[in-house]
Amino acid sequence: MADGTTTVSAPALRGFAPPARRSSLRRFAQRRSTTAVLMCLPLICLIAGLVVYPFFYSIWLSLLNRAMTRFIALFNYRYLLRSDTFQLVIFQSCFFAITAVFFKALIGFILAHVMHNISGKDQKLWRGVLLVPWVIPPALSTLGWWWMISGDYSAINWLLEQVGMHPVAWLASTWWARIWVVAVNVWYGTPFFMIMYLATLKSVPDQLYEAAAIDGATWLQKIRYISLPMLRNIISITVLFSLIVTFANFDIVENLTAGAPANTTHVFATYAFQLGIQSGNIPLGAAVSLFIFPILAIFSVFILRGVGRRAQEGI
Amino acid sequence: MAQVTLRRVSKSYDQHVQAVKGIDLEIADEEFVVLVGPSGCGKTTTLRMIAGLEEITGGEITIAGEVVNDVPPRDRDIAMVFQNYALYPHMTVFDNMAFGLKLRKFAKDEIRRRVDEAARILDIGELLARKPKALSGGQRQRVAMGRAIVRHPKVFLFDEPLSNLDAKLRVQMRTEIKKVHQTVRTTTVYVTHDQVEAMTLADRVVVMNRGVIEQVGPPQELYHSPATRFVAGFIGSPAMNFIPCRIQGRGNELTLRLADNLSFPLPPDRTQRYGANTDREMLLGLRPEHLTELKDQAKPNVVRLDSRLDVTEPMGMEILVHFRINGTAVCGRVDPSVRAMAGEILPMSADLNHMHLIDPETDRVI
Ligand SMILES: Nc1ncnc2c1ncn2[C@@H]1O[C@H](COP(=O)(O)OP(=O)(O)O)[C@@H](O)[C@H]1O
Ligand SMILES: [Mg+2]
Repeated sequence: MADGTTTVSAPALRGFAPPARRSSLRRFAQRRSTTAVLMCLPLICLIAGLVVYPFFYSIWLSLLNRAMTRFIALFNYRYLLRSDTFQLVIFQSCFFAITAVFFKALIGFILAHVMHNISGKDQKLWRGVLLVPWVIPPALSTLGWWWMISGDYSAINWLLEQVGMHPVAWLASTWWARIWVVAVNVWYGTPFFMIMYLATLKSVPDQLYEAAAIDGATWLQKIRYISLPMLRNIISITVLFSLIVTFANFDIVENLTAGAPANTTHVFATYAFQLGIQSGNIPLGAAVSLFIFPILAIFSVFILRGVGRRAQEGI
Repeated sequence: MAQVTLRRVSKSYDQHVQAVKGIDLEIADEEFVVLVGPSGCGKTTTLRMIAGLEEITGGEITIAGEVVNDVPPRDRDIAMVFQNYALYPHMTVFDNMAFGLKLRKFAKDEIRRRVDEAARILDIGELLARKPKALSGGQRQRVAMGRAIVRHPKVFLFDEPLSNLDAKLRVQMRTEIKKVHQTVRTTTVYVTHDQVEAMTLADRVVVMNRGVIEQVGPPQELYHSPATRFVAGFIGSPAMNFIPCRIQGRGNELTLRLADNLSFPLPPDRTQRYGANTDREMLLGLRPEHLTELKDQAKPNVVRLDSRLDVTEPMGMEILVHFRINGTAVCGRVDPSVRAMAGEILPMSADLNHMHLIDPETDRVI
């Protein structure tokens, strides 16, 4: 009561709360950090409800038996690791993610350079056209692709016949089906890479390329010694994000092949869906989907370490 | 080790903008030529055409006798220092300088030798392991020059290399550039908008204006005998005064009339030159350094011109005084020992030995 607050003790206020307490509450509310926390609260609640809770809940689920009545510890995981089908799923998930992201990044990189060298108005047009695959919902566009490649009367088989070749049962052959899944994924995801690389390319001063030209660089050397180093951070970041998204991809595989033929195109998400929802073994499905997590965590650590180091050096 | 020639070289951007309008220039081997002119006059465009970074719309450029119109920059054997240095941010200073040599497949120890030599000339030996971000402006400037020097190119091209430095450093680097040129003696084309830089560095100065060359010559010649009104006004600081005047009289007895009650006899050695321009509106060009306080001993052709001062600007080594001659504002330079006060009349003198007469219709100096 020695901090001067007693002087505010007007009779009207007395009915509510002790004056000292009231004013320290007000001070607490006026502190900037308090305000900041309060303003972030809705987001924190949202993240807690939509991310943290489901994450821990799925961990809990994966430790239960099929009927979800008994705690069986890591039995589901042990079962999965011993299953031939799941080993195939691990291989396929890695294969899809790595090849698809590699080609998305490569084609995106090339397209970004092509775009960068097209001038003004034309560039806007082409940029718009090339962004189309990315803005169509993938479930829809995959359906479109399915129409073009599946069955004897598909557009692509028709083209093959026109040039005198035999039609191929694309989605019935293991490797063709895998290649098509990757191809559709690349078709869908490349524009994102292109636009990210193009934006970064625009921020690289032209004079670096001019200096390199004068120093004697060919166009290939300019890409190797200027573009690649200048784009390294954005390449790391886009590759990481795309790996995450591609690893967890569901729509394309589900709509194109649904895991067929003979489970040889299943990835984590579709396999988890099949086990958990379609076959009714929710704990096993949860265990499948949780396998994505450690794999991505390892990727992230490696990629983000390089990004942080280069950001510190100011490149 | 190369001559550079420009023959009727022109450049237009998208049909409308004509940045360079057919210029002719011969640059001798080992010469240091400075292109100077106001912003937007086409200096950078000219330099970039020599470098091969900009396509040539018309005319012909040769380097060491070879027409290079269609030769890409990397095969022209030139080196360029950019205004913002354009150092490769992801490479160390050493790699920045070595890059051109590496691309040209020089041996490792030869690269090391050349980089060390350039680092010694430019005094940047301790910086070789750093990245450009860790350098000051002046150090970056040196590295950019080092990158040019190590190549031992036929021609050095500089585009306003000092304009991003503070005033003191600029003066220091100016001397440095001159020293480097005296050491390596490479043909140099240097672009600047700063006439002091041009005058101090150049063997020959090329004054450009609106895409054409106004005058080419050694610095002293441009200062003492400018060919056009533009050059007269551009070279020298403060700028030359231009005062409306009339030449009157006949034969060897010509007078310079500035106002009804203000006329002076022309120096006898000028009468021949100015005889054809009597009784026309002309411009008298007189530098501030030739409008000074009245000296004790009279000299031939130095005339008295008492003036009421509008403004005085003490500069330390001199005082700039502003006054009017028949309504035209002019500037003079007087000794700091003179008591020059605004509002008072100061006995001044005009040195007509250094006068210029300009025809306002053609803007040429007669
Ligand atoms: N890329 C360009 N496109 C269109 N106009 C240009 C371009 N570059 C320069 N110009 C124009 O050409 C003229 C000369 O430019 P520049 O050579 O850069 O002048 P300086 O270097 O003497 O300041 C200017 O009027 C400028 O607006
Ligand atoms: Mg310029």
